[in-house]
Amino acid sequence: MSILVNGETRLLVQGVTGREGAFHSAAMLDYGTKIVAGVTPGKGGQSALDGRVPVFDTVAEAVEQTGANASCIFVPAAFAPDAMLEAADGGLALVICITEGVPALDMLRVYHVLKAKGVRLIGPNCPGLTSVGEAKVGIIPGDIHLRGPVGLVSRSGTLTYEVVQAMTDAGMGQTTTVGIGGDPIVGTSFVDVLDMFNQDDDTEAIVMIGEIGGDEEEKAAAFVAREVRKPMAAFIAGRTAPPGRRMGHAGAIISGGAGTAESKRVALEAAGVRVADSPSHIPQLLRDAGVR
Amino acid sequence: MKLQEYRSKEILARHGVPLVMGETATTPEEARAAAERIGGPVVIKAQVLVGGRGKAGGVKLAASPDEAAERARDIIGLDIKGTTVKTVLVAPAADIAHEYYLGLILDRASRAIVVIASAEGGVEIEETAKTNPEAILRLSLHPLIGLQEHEVRRVGFFLGIPAELRKDFAKVMRGLFDAFVGSDADLAEINPLVVTADGRLEALDAKIVLDDSALPRHPDLEAMRDLNEEEPSEIAAREAGISFIKLDGSIGCMVNGAGLAMTTMDLVKLAGGEPANFLDIGGGAKADRVAAAFKIILDDPNVRAILINIFGGITRGDEVAHGIVEARAQLTRDVPMVVRIVGTNSEEAKPILAEANLITADSLDDAAAKAVAAARGAA
Repeated sequence: MSILVNGETRLLVQGVTGREGAFHSAAMLDYGTKIVAGVTPGKGGQSALDGRVPVFDTVAEAVEQTGANASCIFVPAAFAPDAMLEAADGGLALVICITEGVPALDMLRVYHVLKAKGVRLIGPNCPGLTSVGEAKVGIIPGDIHLRGPVGLVSRSGTLTYEVVQAMTDAGMGQTTTVGIGGDPIVGTSFVDVLDMFNQDDDTEAIVMIGEIGGDEEEKAAAFVAREVRKPMAAFIAGRTAPPGRRMGHAGAIISGGAGTAESKRVALEAAGVRVADSPSHIPQLLRDAGVR
Repeated sequence: MKLQEYRSKEILARHGVPLVMGETATTPEEARAAAERIGGPVVIKAQVLVGGRGKAGGVKLAASPDEAAERARDIIGLDIKGTTVKTVLVAPAADIAHEYYLGLILDRASRAIVVIASAEGGVEIEETAKTNPEAILRLSLHPLIGLQEHEVRRVGFFLGIPAELRKDFAKVMRGLFDAFVGSDADLAEINPLVVTADGRLEALDAKIVLDDSALPRHPDLEAMRDLNEEEPSEIAAREAGISFIKLDGSIGCMVNGAGLAMTTMDLVKLAGGEPANFLDIGGGAKADRVAAAFKIILDDPNVRAILINIFGGITRGDEVAHGIVEARAQLTRDVPMVVRIVGTNSEEAKPILAEANLITADSLDDAAAKAVAAARGAA
């Protein structure tokens, strides 16, 4: 078992013929992900990835012909909001947007439209997710994983790889690793993923990788205190980051003084989460909590 | 991207917010001429992006054109929190009867544009939030339909806008909202919004912060960037596609990915050192970007060692290693370098790094410790 994607997931890739889309789709296929369709407007009828994936002009057509049920988006930032809306319109229940640099006001509209339709959006500006040994969607290197009992959720890209590698090196495997993305407005929050891991029978422990800014980690801590009984470890990046460089002027009011690495650490520790000083300490913290 | 007051006012004026623009000046003579054209008492305001310019002596009243030139002479060249004032705004001095705060922000927590209003204008809103939080109204706008008339009325009544100025207030708020959406802002605030002694509503000071991700579709706003206020190294970094923030320590950091870059800084600190910078070299970095990053890091004379931490996923470790060795050969200044490359082709990278006499490390903790030791040895 795993969350969000598995061996049955029928993936569609929007932007499959682009440089990034083609490169990462090939890596996904190699990992065993079932990519059933690609969409590039104007290239319908062609095939991609050495003939392994049929290409369609529209998401609607691809879904109708292939039964795709999830989409991974690699299109450039200027077209990504429209691609997310098209994926939702095409009836896909899960949309993973890798694209970086999507304007925040566009995301505001996309977020609320997809939410109203009941579509699960991961990202944008995220590395995707891997259900270990079943399917990988996005750009997380497949070979750093080891199958095991720990679920991992992160706001970062390469820092996610760092933590996964540290766990794998220590012989501690993962169920699913999820990168939710670092933009101000993303489709899926820490709380959403923690809830899924909490309900997943195969996930025995959870790792959360946060960073400074916003109050998602504080919200996650409140959720953990209330709902989660599985052992948890966390790392928060940005203890040495200078104040005021990322956060807006009036933004500090709204988050009520939250946003520093220290406030996140305090909130998480109060909820019983073990917070690591270095990513490499995470496996030991979980062992201390009784994880095999 | 933060905009200067006069730029923010230009945008607000374009959207119908009532304000008196005034004129910018870069010399005392220009300030005198501006004051003559305006006529009557003027206020001279330093155009800097840092807060607290009033306390730093960056805002002065002047009763005559001669005095305007004198005050401009005081302010131009003044150092305000590390920024040297180059430009001042010369504007008619307003006779203020009442001050308000009115702002819009993109709030990530509620995923909405939020109105922030307070009848205690002229002071920083953070200050009001601390001392008198009940004096602040926060109102989330619907993300799909935007600002509605009843919301405008509600804010107006909350602030106690005089009845005869309610129509003008609606213009202010509508204009602020249109400016926010039209320019893809993260923050747009008028502080203070004033009622003048002769009963006019006017935006006296304004600040707009733009969403960097949306700048590609606003070339006119990109042109408003004030290069005078950025570290030259940060400008060079942006042009090279590198995300860079200068800090005060001695250990330069070169990392792929923002979260990993922050973590690398944190571990340098944990190992007893101080990072000299935040630097995210971005995905798929090639030799030219590595070279640009080296130059930016080494332009800082405080740097005594460099820690390079690359998690190759898509990026191939051996290619990065070659890039490092090649770029290093072109450097005019050299410091000890600790290189940690993991992930794809990291094994192939090892001999390349060893041959070039670079210090290598397997783990990030080890790399941070070695970089701190190297910086001490070089000091």
